[in-house]
Amino acid sequence: MILYHLNHLRELEAEAIYVIREAASQFERPAMLFSGGKDSIVMTHLARKAFFPAKIPFPLLHIDTGHNFPETITFRDEMVERIGAQLIVRYVQDSIDKGRAKEEKGPNASRNMLQTITLLDALEELKVDAAMGGARRDEEKARAKERFFSHRDEFGQWDPKNQRPELWMLLNGRKNSGEHFRVFPLSNWTEMDVWMYITLENIPIPNIYFSHQREIIERDGMLLAKSNHIIIRENEVIVERTVRFRTIGDMTCTGAVNSPASSLEEIIDEIAASRVTERGTRSDDKRSDTAMEDRKKAGYF
Amino acid sequence: MSDFSSEGYLNMELLRFTTAGSVDDGKSTLIGRLLFDSKQIFEDQLEAITRTSTQKGYEHVDLSLLVDGLKAEREQGITIDVAYRYFATPKRKFIIADTPGHIQYTRNMVTGASTANVALILVDARKGVLEQTIRHSFIASLLQIPHLIICINKMDLVDYDETVYNKVVEEFRHLSSKLDIKDIHFVPISALKGDNVVDKSKNMSWYQGATLMYLLENIHISSDENHIDCRFPVQYVIRPQQTEYHDFRGYAGQISSGIFKPGDKVKILPSGISAEIKTIQLSDEMIEEAYAPMSVTMTLDRDVDISRGDMIVRENNIPNMSQEFDVMICWMNTEKLHAGGKYGLRHTVKDARCVIKEIRYKVDINTLHRNEIDKEIGMNDIARISIKTTVPIYFDSYRKNRHTGSIILIDEATNETVAAGMIV
Repeated sequence: MILYHLNHLRELEAEAIYVIREAASQFERPAMLFSGGKDSIVMTHLARKAFFPAKIPFPLLHIDTGHNFPETITFRDEMVERIGAQLIVRYVQDSIDKGRAKEEKGPNASRNMLQTITLLDALEELKVDAAMGGARRDEEKARAKERFFSHRDEFGQWDPKNQRPELWMLLNGRKNSGEHFRVFPLSNWTEMDVWMYITLENIPIPNIYFSHQREIIERDGMLLAKSNHIIIRENEVIVERTVRFRTIGDMTCTGAVNSPASSLEEIIDEIAASRVTERGTRSDDKRSDTAMEDRKKAGYF
Repeated sequence: MSDFSSEGYLNMELLRFTTAGSVDDGKSTLIGRLLFDSKQIFEDQLEAITRTSTQKGYEHVDLSLLVDGLKAEREQGITIDVAYRYFATPKRKFIIADTPGHIQYTRNMVTGASTANVALILVDARKGVLEQTIRHSFIASLLQIPHLIICINKMDLVDYDETVYNKVVEEFRHLSSKLDIKDIHFVPISALKGDNVVDKSKNMSWYQGATLMYLLENIHISSDENHIDCRFPVQYVIRPQQTEYHDFRGYAGQISSGIFKPGDKVKILPSGISAEIKTIQLSDEMIEEAYAPMSVTMTLDRDVDISRGDMIVRENNIPNMSQEFDVMICWMNTEKLHAGGKYGLRHTVKDARCVIKEIRYKVDINTLHRNEIDKEIGMNDIARISIKTTVPIYFDSYRKNRHTGSIILIDEATNETVAAGMIV
């Protein structure tokens, strides 16, 4: 009977495609949040497969902090062109200019928290009732409790104590007006699954995931890329290193890792031997022990 | 973890299991131990729990801290909801639905059990089979979890005594004769000390069986899916608005059960129209044989009116089609069940409404007695009810098919999922 058994990557693929098709069916105006990171790239790839030969029947929505790696933006535009998807971009800078959001100050200033404001405004403006995201339950303890279909109240808030039970794969997306859902097709994937799937399906990813030379500032044990968005403190020095990025977020809070890994196989070997979690390279999670839980309740990705 | 090779990783199986135990049975410690001994703990996580353990003045690193979740839980020292954990060995990838043992949380165990291949039930060796053990085993049988592993924990506290273990096994065998459980295994363990969890215990030479990890890695799960009764609920109809694919009509969905091949003669429900499968594909890849749980897109040899919620089945193997049937439910809401009330209903990808015709009995899940007098159904109650639906449902009994035999009930005012249902 082993003949009729899917391996785990194909089972995860089938599950994610089912969830994406449910979101497209149950909601009037779904959208897929696209960050340029590997998880949202994989999610977009799955959406293409789900509806092939038709085009993806909903737009991709990118919340642009203005602090992205330029390589991410180039990749995004090429990908959208290649697959013929519809892309909507909303800018954190616009929220700041309109007085909706206030920029953080100081050398650790980040627009990470401000994204939530722009995101919620964009969902309201575009009347999005289901926002699909690439978050995985293995990333962080607050995410371990997420549902595939995660209900949000009219303020976009997540209440971990008041979630709908999710039985079998019977996903309940019913809601009252003003409420919306976050949908997480990759809930059951781990970092390793994502990399193996990228390899299996030969999915293009931004080149900064691979080893390259870069000017780096070492701060609080993190290797931050030198950029216009980072204020260099006294006694900090810029050094050139051979690095790659294990996750891609804003330049202000995404740390690089020293790495010679220049192919997918080498990246997988590196992750397999790694002794630090993926979110260990993110200063946005290090602000406090419950940083993710607090941000999620407020409506973060 | 460096045992992974690209090739090996691609041939891994996925096993979903759920854990159940009473408060203080050491469930979190066991999960922490599985993660720790299978080397899935990262330095930053280990540092964090070591720091906390020291702060609390513990002598050892408290592995249960690894699976402690939200701020609200840590304050109260309990787990309030189902949390999902992941680990992998070179053989399998595991998804744990970690559910709390609190008495009021039957609904969480039902949730975790609904997708599980295996249930791990913890029994404290000092206490033996308790009311909670009966409850957990009953839920596992009600949800038709194919495999059960009974972990007799805290063996270190009974001097690793074989007679204690044998007594618990006997008690459990007596209990399980009343339940519908296909495959049961017993393992004597100490989650705290690590005996028989990943590594074989040096303290229990009398035990010749497998360790817990060995069982998890080797339990035969490839026949857990139903490969006999062909059921394909149509989830989404693909009609590309592109000239290149002008005539393309694809029926997309996830296969519930059975094996479908191009050329198969099929029937579409509810219309009853017959057709032949032309192609099965995912993206541009053609598929020779499609089976559960694959997500695919089918095309047929003729134009048929098919919409979401319809079901494609084999001509000579049709599911039940009815508007009236009985369901075992687990109630999951603080608002009680209204006899005669109307609810939203979801079955596969089909939405309907139903009315509660009759509450037949409530099950006392601690004694397994049927109560036909007290018919008030509230949070965490299990009951058998009769319902009538607004449209015909195409179903199999839950015992035969977990995908086409399950429903949820939805409160039409609040939109909350209020019950899990297994069609009798």
